[in-house]
Amino acid sequence: MSTSTTIVAEESPFRRLVGDFVQSKMATAGFVVMCLILLCAVVAPWISPQNPYDLVQIDIMDSSMPPGSVSAEGLKFLLGTDDQGRDILSGIIYGLRISLIVGAGSALIAGVIGSSLGLIAAYVGGWVESAIMRLVDLQLSFPSMLVALMILAILGKGVGNVMLALVLVEWAYYARTARGSALAERRREYIEAAECLALSRARVVFHHLLPNCMPPLIVVGTFQMARAIALEATLSFLGLGVPVTEPSLGLLIANGYQYMLSGKYWISFFPGLALLLTIVAINLVGDQLRDVLNPRLRR
Amino acid sequence: MSTWLLRRLVQALFVVLAMTVIVFVGVNVIGNPIDILISPDANAAERAQAIASLGLDKPLWQQYLSFLSGVLHGDLGRSFVYNEPAMRVILERLPATMELAVAAVLISILIGIPAGLYAGLRPNSWGARSLMAGSILGFSLPSFWIGLMMIMVFSVQLGWLPSTGRGATRALFGVQWSFLTRDGLVHMILPSINLALFNLSLIIRLTRAGVREALPSEYVRFARAKGLSPMRVVGVHVMKNILIPVVTVLGLEFATTIAFSVVTESIFAWPGMGKLIIDSISVLDRPVIVAYLMLIVMLFVTVNLVVDLLYVVLDPRVRLEQQG
Amino acid sequence: MSVPALEVRGLSTHFSSRAGVVRAVDDVSFTVQRGEVMGLVGESGSGKSVTGFSLLGLVDEPGRVVAGQILLEGRDIAKLSDGEMRRLRGRHIAMVFQDPMMTLNPVLRVDTQMIEAVQAHEPVSRAVARARARDALGLVGISSPEERLSAYPHQFSGGMRQRVAIAIALLHRPALIVADEPTTALDVTIQAQILSEMQDLCTRFGTALVWITHDLSVIAGLADHIAVMYAGRIVEKGTVDQVLDNPLHPYTQGLIGSVPSRTPRGERLRGIPGMTPNVLNLPVGCAFRTRCGRADAQCEEDPPEFAAEPGHAHRCFHPVAELVA
Repeated sequence: MSTSTTIVAEESPFRRLVGDFVQSKMATAGFVVMCLILLCAVVAPWISPQNPYDLVQIDIMDSSMPPGSVSAEGLKFLLGTDDQGRDILSGIIYGLRISLIVGAGSALIAGVIGSSLGLIAAYVGGWVESAIMRLVDLQLSFPSMLVALMILAILGKGVGNVMLALVLVEWAYYARTARGSALAERRREYIEAAECLALSRARVVFHHLLPNCMPPLIVVGTFQMARAIALEATLSFLGLGVPVTEPSLGLLIANGYQYMLSGKYWISFFPGLALLLTIVAINLVGDQLRDVLNPRLRR
Repeated sequence: MSTWLLRRLVQALFVVLAMTVIVFVGVNVIGNPIDILISPDANAAERAQAIASLGLDKPLWQQYLSFLSGVLHGDLGRSFVYNEPAMRVILERLPATMELAVAAVLISILIGIPAGLYAGLRPNSWGARSLMAGSILGFSLPSFWIGLMMIMVFSVQLGWLPSTGRGATRALFGVQWSFLTRDGLVHMILPSINLALFNLSLIIRLTRAGVREALPSEYVRFARAKGLSPMRVVGVHVMKNILIPVVTVLGLEFATTIAFSVVTESIFAWPGMGKLIIDSISVLDRPVIVAYLMLIVMLFVTVNLVVDLLYVVLDPRVRLEQQG
Repeated sequence: MSVPALEVRGLSTHFSSRAGVVRAVDDVSFTVQRGEVMGLVGESGSGKSVTGFSLLGLVDEPGRVVAGQILLEGRDIAKLSDGEMRRLRGRHIAMVFQDPMMTLNPVLRVDTQMIEAVQAHEPVSRAVARARARDALGLVGISSPEERLSAYPHQFSGGMRQRVAIAIALLHRPALIVADEPTTALDVTIQAQILSEMQDLCTRFGTALVWITHDLSVIAGLADHIAVMYAGRIVEKGTVDQVLDNPLHPYTQGLIGSVPSRTPRGERLRGIPGMTPNVLNLPVGCAFRTRCGRADAQCEEDPPEFAAEPGHAHRCFHPVAELVA
């Protein structure tokens, strides 16, 4: 017993987290896939075989070619081409960008707004708290799909509107989580000590309370990111999401949908596979993070 | 009990009222109703006349009141596309959506509860592990993607099941239903399973968690100590305790099911409200959109109210609290 | 004397886990006569509750009864199939649990829970079963039992709930009731009432009672015999007078010394030094030797059962007092 405690004491908290995290092979694999996907999206212009939105590079003669085909110019289409003659692989790489920007971006914005409101609710209390939490309850009682549908039906499509819809759908989860853990943390001595030092409220909340509420927020954030990506894809698939000029994975899938029935599966299938990999990878990471960051589960 | 019910009703009314404000503001303040409601090639005189007849020249609060009275009378304007009252257009599509949603809920109960019981009673079995893994996928994968895969496998590759439409229908109470014909039922299989998957995963997990929690509990041990058969212990003592969360979640998820039927109906070309709303959004048929939003909010609030009532019936502890 | 209500011989119940095998109950033997009360005393983790569950065949995975005989009115029930055991449970052998707040199903009415207990063993109508349930409630001192039947458990106080549980246990007039700390969770005054009522009822019906407790003072006025358990073994057993007035095992003596009412006024309460040993890592030989002032090299061997006087036995190489008799 005593030897193991000394070893733990030498490790930094971060190293211990990493050590706990890689215990699960699935989660590690998920993390690697997540990083690869992120990398793909970032360096898209340099790695993708063609720029699918540069009309000069696209030849309508190459349309709907099955995976592995070679174009007249000798360009190989690993995953085939769509009805416009665009390389599917390139479409996916660029589509990932949009999906990740919208998904991660809205998760982040919702996270900042939601966590702040949750912390404020927990710290200020009184009518502020009950007003915020009432709003959270109301928001959570409506299905996310319905809220998104409502916003997009009123505002119309577009990247900004989709992100607004996703933020509105998601902020409540962060607010609830932040308030819950902040209420638990508030009773700890270090907050009382900070208050005794007469530090400003904002300082206590953001410098002392927030860092200690981070672990559950990170976990919620991971899952919400996967949810946002899935919801964005769904909305885009329905034609309510991003415009045709900025196609995300969902829109790519929608484009290929009509060809699927005639057996040209690859136009929809490969973007779908990319979406699946992204969502599953993020969920695996989130699952393991939840176990690793949960102090109750730690031995 | 009655004061509780009254309070609950007032609350529901308040939510509906709030939603009318949101929808009204969304359509009439954020959006520009003149552009939407009046044909673009109308001349200035026609425009002025149309604005007056629609009451758009009146102050905003008067416009809202007339909108509210329209909602109360079920009169939300005429659809541009169908040239019929918007409410009627939607109500015509309601049975198709309801049929699908009810089928989906039935599937998730009839498969989800037994599967969850199995996973809870034999947690280490191979079957239980794959059920749990599958339910995670059912949670996290977007349902439209699963729907596409179902079409690809069962309709395109295997050719077993039709992929689109309602199939043959038969009238009952003056409404056409798919579930009354063989062809219609066959057409319902893929869409209803697709719509059910999320709830199914949820119910499997809930039921399993409930069983895992109940089994080591004292009351189950005591029931066993009384010499009850395993069937009765699981079927009555464990089940009754699981039913409370399952009913709550199912009720709350019924609204989600209706909302998500938008996705399923679009994929499987099922002619319900969901497909209608997507079509209406793409052609900006505003009256239909507003009517849909109002109807679904009403539906949602009603379902929530019913779930709360059911909850009180199911759990004696809640019942007592409300009496006291 | 006729066949005893219960005779346990060499009962062992083990729990296998990844970390090793836990011998929760290890070679336990005792006898209870009809209408008698036997107190099974020990601290938490001593295996007394597992012993109780083993008697009813209610030990769950990963636990298992690995050896021994359980003779209920002369018939060995340790080897019965699950189905046979189930038909026995509730009918010939019943159990009352520790926490009355938890033992009754919160979402089922009391009559449902009593009627099913009757109908599980006798093919009678609902009305008959309900009448039986009503009588049983009356028997345990619940006023207006008819009204009470239609109530839910949460409408009862803790003491009332425990009475309902006792009424259920008595429904079929079993040969044996195992009571697992049934009064620990209750107020002291109610404790005393329930204790004496149960004792009366068991004497009346000739039901043997195994009363599991960690509290010697509860058992002192109630039991005919006492068995003291430590780390899965019975370290001392005998009549109440034998064990309490003349404790032989150092552990028993420690237990008695730590009961306030038995310690003369003004004297310091004596605790037992040390902690209950880790069940996965019990000392070789006598499990108590690491906490025992009298332990020596001999204690590293397994102490056998020594008979000190008729009916009084212990497992200690160095018993505390030499018998006067």
